[in-house]
Amino acid sequence: MKKNRGYAIYLIPGVLASLAVIVVPLVMTVYVSFTKWTGVGTPRWVGFDNYTRLFQDTLFWQSFSNIGLLVLAMAVVPTLLGLFLAAVLFDYVAKKFGDRWAGTLRSGYYIPQVLPVAVTGIVWGWILHPDYGALNKIMESIGLGGLTRNWLGDPDYALYSVMAVMIWFQLGYPVVMFMAGLSRVDPELYEAADLDGASWWQRFRKITVYMIRPEFYVVLVTTTIAALKIFGQVFVLTGGGPSNATLVPSYFAYKNFFEKAQVGYGSAISTVLTVLIVLLAFLFLRLQHRAEETR
Amino acid sequence: MTVVDTEASTRTLEDPSPKAAKHRNPVRFAVLFALVVLLLLLVGPLLVVAVNAVKSPADYAASGPLSIPTHLYWDGIVDFWNRVNFGQKLWNSFITSLVVAVLGVVLSILNAYALGIGKVKGRVWFLVFFLVANLLPQEVLVYPLYYIGKEIGLYDNLISIIIIFTVIQSAFGTYLLTSVYAEFPKELLEAASIDGAGKWRALWQVVVPVSRPTLAVLFTFFFIWTWNEFFLPLIFLISNDNQTVPVALGVLQGDRMMDATTTSASALIGILPAMLFFLLFQRTLTRGIAAGAIK
Repeated sequence: MKKNRGYAIYLIPGVLASLAVIVVPLVMTVYVSFTKWTGVGTPRWVGFDNYTRLFQDTLFWQSFSNIGLLVLAMAVVPTLLGLFLAAVLFDYVAKKFGDRWAGTLRSGYYIPQVLPVAVTGIVWGWILHPDYGALNKIMESIGLGGLTRNWLGDPDYALYSVMAVMIWFQLGYPVVMFMAGLSRVDPELYEAADLDGASWWQRFRKITVYMIRPEFYVVLVTTTIAALKIFGQVFVLTGGGPSNATLVPSYFAYKNFFEKAQVGYGSAISTVLTVLIVLLAFLFLRLQHRAEETR
Repeated sequence: MTVVDTEASTRTLEDPSPKAAKHRNPVRFAVLFALVVLLLLLVGPLLVVAVNAVKSPADYAASGPLSIPTHLYWDGIVDFWNRVNFGQKLWNSFITSLVVAVLGVVLSILNAYALGIGKVKGRVWFLVFFLVANLLPQEVLVYPLYYIGKEIGLYDNLISIIIIFTVIQSAFGTYLLTSVYAEFPKELLEAASIDGAGKWRALWQVVVPVSRPTLAVLFTFFFIWTWNEFFLPLIFLISNDNQTVPVALGVLQGDRMMDATTTSASALIGILPAMLFFLLFQRTLTRGIAAGAIK
């Protein structure tokens, strides 16, 4: 035990920095969420007023139902599609066409992930623009002019457009993660299954899905949390509009902080979001833990 | 990795065998075709942007977004570059990301040294703290940080962003690196201590050099993450001279001056640095993603 003395000193810079940048601001936000404050002067204590107001606010509920759909687009769809794609690349393309093909396709699928979110927003804002956007122009040129839409400006379509963009953005991440997981798997396992006459689908279900369960949980939890935190793409693509059709909690909080000067209310929104994320993360960790125990 | 490579080469050698020939059916190419179409869907939008960034407005008006430019037109990019003083933004982004990556790695090393190798008391709680810090949405920290930043005169200053992201990134780094250091070979540390090295020298002369591959992965992640950050820089860096690339591009959306070709020009110069990092760091990234998955 004595040997381990003298290491604590190395934690001092990290602890001080975390106090200043994370702990103190976090405590301040939670405190402010129980007050009415415009950002100047002293906050006035109002108890749970912000929270009761929040749960009666239709915009708040709308922002959370929107985020539910974005979790579908950013976590569920990419994870399932990515699982399938990774299996095809690993257990089909790599075998029939060589590792180079599999590797190139994987890197290509990953490219949208490396772009800054703001740039993703610009690219798609341009493609989906109602007047000069490439998508509408293409549709007109192939005779689908009747189907053109103001993709981001029509409240009926804006959220679906954002969802489509997010699937495009996220797909590469699960593919890369799952292929990394598969490279751990003993190739003999696949060969043995092959000799036993197992079809590709059987190998996918019994070997692939089973072997990469750790990655599966990691991908699902990280993408879900990313979806709950989404801000940049919404800011650049739609600004939460039209008529709040694409409002998300982080943007809702941002508006209250910096546009409406309702800092107390904004703090309550972000506190609820934080609690939700932390709870979800621990739930996932438990599930993952249990899954590992049953192995 | 070498195991996989030899597998692949023996497979190619076996390929001309009758068994392989039997597999050369249309299904093979249908699968590959579908995967290539998917690749085009994912990369296509970026190609369309690139094509239109070098197209003159007249050319665009005449033949739309999908035609090949009649001649290469660089004025759109040059005009945009000069208008937003893009060189300055690139420098701001570069220096911020570089300093954050270096400081973030150093802070992660110090924390992980105490937690992973020193195994200081209460390290589980420290790890839980860093894990939660990692999950927090930035919205829950932003207002107090903004307020404190104004009070101490660091608002609209790159230093504020550098401090904040150093701490946020190192929360992830500490978490990852601690699990790596927990498995650090004891013999190496004992040898260093027999040679009379104190803890400080053991850290820099033994631990850091041995863990260099992981540190390179962290450095790469921190650099790219900080480069892509949008939310906090958007709030903190309001004056033109301090903006980073994503902020400068993001706030221009919806600007009157932005027509179709200028927008694609702006998107292209946002894409290029990201693609450059992708090509430069590709190996480190895939290795790092795999490391993060296994934990």
